[in-house]
Amino acid sequence: MSRPIRVLVAKPGLDGHDRGAKVIARALRDAGMEVIYTGLRQTPEQIVNAAIQEDVDVVAMSILSGAHNHLLPKVVELLKQENVYDEMLVIGGGVIPDEDIPFLKEKGLAEIFTPGTPTQVTIDFIKSNLKRA
Amino acid sequence: MNIAERLLKQDKRAAARLITMIENDDQEAVNIISKLYNYTGKARIIGITGPPGAGKSTLTDKLAKNLRRAGKTVGIIAIDPTSPFTGGSILGDRVRMTDLYTDPGIFIRSMGTRGHLGGLSKATLGATKVLDIYGFDYIFIETVGVGQSEVDIVKAADTVLMVMVPGLGDDIQAIKAGIMEIGDIFVINKADRDGADRTKVEIEMMLDFNHSEWRPPVTKVVAIENEGIDELIDNIEEHRNYMETSGGFIERRTKNLQAEIIDLTQQRLMKRLLGNEENQAEIRGLAERAVNRELDPYRISDALLKKML
Repeated sequence: MSRPIRVLVAKPGLDGHDRGAKVIARALRDAGMEVIYTGLRQTPEQIVNAAIQEDVDVVAMSILSGAHNHLLPKVVELLKQENVYDEMLVIGGGVIPDEDIPFLKEKGLAEIFTPGTPTQVTIDFIKSNLKRA
Repeated sequence: MNIAERLLKQDKRAAARLITMIENDDQEAVNIISKLYNYTGKARIIGITGPPGAGKSTLTDKLAKNLRRAGKTVGIIAIDPTSPFTGGSILGDRVRMTDLYTDPGIFIRSMGTRGHLGGLSKATLGATKVLDIYGFDYIFIETVGVGQSEVDIVKAADTVLMVMVPGLGDDIQAIKAGIMEIGDIFVINKADRDGADRTKVEIEMMLDFNHSEWRPPVTKVVAIENEGIDELIDNIEEHRNYMETSGGFIERRTKNLQAEIIDLTQQRLMKRLLGNEENQAEIRGLAERAVNRELDPYRISDALLKKML
């Protein structure tokens, strides 16, 4: 693809830990992607509105507060309602227990990247799993 | 409904997709904007520029909120630099505007410069037209943090706000050419810091040398505290009234369109010249002959031009 991949890096919910999000943002930038960072404490509605206006290829959410089982599927639900889910790859990361990952995937998250995952793994996953050209 | 109809019906997804297509040089998008060109021209375009960290995004957020309270709709284009090494970017302006994300009267689009110099991106004018057709009352274009020479914003905006912070230089800095010449309104943000009054005096002294009829106001604000914003909105309105009554508005837009026409034509000429491998190979061959001193670059260029035109 000759155009840059656009990624929304979002922090849903009430946790204030943004180092992970910034690390991933920086890595994606260095891999040639355009990274739009939403800032902290985003509601699902804020995230979906931003995703639509920025016409992103990827919605990447970082969450460490434990509310992932509620918030991440909620974002997917809204993306589907707005008819953009088919074009946006949705991934998550942060403090998410392994046993919750199957549930999240069932709810529409393509992959979850837990702490310690090399950023290159995430980059390669994005490049291989984009939903639009 | 096709994408053009959806744009006219104020579908944000359509607007967003068209901007993406413009950014990626998609001819279909160009054709749509060309067809809908008569719908452009209504929005007031406000340029917000200044050095990195001056508070442009925070100020944009506050100005947009003020206008929303007055019942106006606002489109925002926020530009950040693309890495010349990796082609990637962190587009971090909208972080300062999170309150606006779910406001139906607001649209925020972040753009990387993608190699374009001058403070804007190549697609900024196209994106502005999309938002104009959509029907926003105001469109804010926030440039990258600029140094002294990135003055492209003046070719895109009706009113340019030059956002400064106290302590960035002295009276000699203030009289240097470039960005200090393009402000219709000067904003001293973070005016609660030391040196704000001194900076205001220095800018006023620089403006004393100007010959133009419009005397740019110099307004102190503390954007993050929402102080001085009402005054700034008044400045913007005053500039608008002045431009309309003096005829300056039409003159400026005409000049800007002139520059845009030349720029577009230039881009298309270059695309025609360099856009195919055959031409590229031919130029490479000619370059090799120039290295051997068989031909000189000036004659080569003459011949190429003749061929193209």
